[in-house]
Amino acid sequence: MSAPDVLRYPRARPYWRIAVAGFRRQATYRLAALGGLTANATFGFLKVAVLFAAVDAAGGELRGYDTALISAYIWVSQGLLGSVNLMGRSDAADRIKDGSIAVEFLRPVDVHLSAVCAEIGQAVFTLLPRGVPSVLIGVFVVGMAVPDSPWPYLLGSISVLLGIAVSAATAYLVAVVGFWLVDTRGVQVLYMVVSGFLAGLYVPIVLFPPWLLAVAEATPFPSMLMYPTDVLTGRVDGVDALVHVGAQMWWLAVVLTLGQILTRAGRRTLEVQGG
Amino acid sequence: MAEVRARVRLASPEPGGDLRAYRAVLASRIRSQRSYRLGFSLDLGASLLVGVIELAEVWVLFHSVGELGGFTFGQMLLVFGLADLAFSVADLVFGHCDNLPTYLRAGTLDVFYLRPQPLLLQLITSDISLRRLARASVGLVALVAGLVVNDVDLGPRTITIVILALVSGVAIFAAMFVWAAGVQFFLVDGAEATNAFVYGGRYASSQPASVWSRPVLVLFGFFFPMTFAGFLPMLLLLDVAGPDWLPASLGWWAPAMALWTWTLALLSWRLGVRHYQGAGG
Repeated sequence: MSAPDVLRYPRARPYWRIAVAGFRRQATYRLAALGGLTANATFGFLKVAVLFAAVDAAGGELRGYDTALISAYIWVSQGLLGSVNLMGRSDAADRIKDGSIAVEFLRPVDVHLSAVCAEIGQAVFTLLPRGVPSVLIGVFVVGMAVPDSPWPYLLGSISVLLGIAVSAATAYLVAVVGFWLVDTRGVQVLYMVVSGFLAGLYVPIVLFPPWLLAVAEATPFPSMLMYPTDVLTGRVDGVDALVHVGAQMWWLAVVLTLGQILTRAGRRTLEVQGG
Repeated sequence: MAEVRARVRLASPEPGGDLRAYRAVLASRIRSQRSYRLGFSLDLGASLLVGVIELAEVWVLFHSVGELGGFTFGQMLLVFGLADLAFSVADLVFGHCDNLPTYLRAGTLDVFYLRPQPLLLQLITSDISLRRLARASVGLVALVAGLVVNDVDLGPRTITIVILALVSGVAIFAAMFVWAAGVQFFLVDGAEATNAFVYGGRYASSQPASVWSRPVLVLFGFFFPMTFAGFLPMLLLLDVAGPDWLPASLGWWAPAMALWTWTLALLSWRLGVRHYQGAGG
């Protein structure tokens, strides 16, 4: 991987390397990627059945979605699912639970940022074995809308990266709860259930009734899956697309700041037993 | 040390000792889950929310179109109620089979082989998650609401259909977990592939099957008979003629389909166990 500009800034260098290591690490789990793709595709076909029927029932157009666009929504969002962390599980959570996080506090890198960067690296790799084939199924097997100008692809790529970063940084927040709670499984399941629904995994959030849409937009979850899908499929363009990307940047700043604060507070309460 | 002694005593072949062993194991699981109070109540809350949000997914879709595949949200409440209640109960008892890949990778499954109890029963009793009860309550409420909204007459026919559907549904979903566990012995890292059918099946079971394409119907209508857990019993309860390939009267065959799924499950489990060679140690 060629060294980009970040390497000129010595303080950013380790984090870039950690992200690249995460990317490489993920490359070894080929069977897991295939399993994930099977699940994505099966759910994709089930969604095609229901959502196509919904568009038909609405007379060919449902809140701006026609069949081709809803197909694009299904296959792009299924493709992103492997990379966007909607499960709330992370390596950081395991390390906080078993106490090995204490070792990381001794290293000369920021614990929070290095954990988030490693996860972003893994997630970007996962786009290859799970994201690309899912979109190919959409294009060649089912048929879906594809934008014909370069703009959605360009802005969409940025939006996908931001979505991955927001999800990695938010899943990290679930992990840091482990500094205060012995068992974080309840919090993790809570995150898993709420995030999928509000991120627009089951139906696009514009189909929500207005009050529920407002609830979703007040959380970082649409920034993880719905906004990247909207921008990449060209459902929103022009100024609206920029507003989506702006919202993603805002949420990334919020969850990263929270992560820094909680990591510092957690460090003070950390107790490791044994020796 | 006391624990080891207890286990040896439990495993001894006294009359009735077998059942007592399982009862003791289960009681200890339940006690252990209740000991972390905050964690447990969070678990319960999260589990309740799982059910509520699954229902909300169905509702949101019907909210925006009114009718889907020829069915209303009121009718789908029955499908969701029956299927989700059955899934939650099966998940409560058999859901732990999902953790098999973790045991396989860590080599801890070998410990189970040392104990004089059937492997599958040990796997099931190694973690019964009480928190999943909260989720079952959502299915139950949806089922009751469905019966009320559709003004279903609570005669012996209705009760027979509901019991038949729930018993067969629990058996079908339980068999899915066991089938998946058998396949895990071969997949290990690729375990997510079985989620497509276990959790994809749950998702399919709460949909109006009339919208499915032919391949989806073959897979989730018959091979993994998800329609028999919710959709077909709903047709029977409301006396509605079903779509092509899914006439309402097919619903009476639910027990036969449960038997079919268990045949698949036990075959898969047997092949899996035979394939397993241990993980060293």
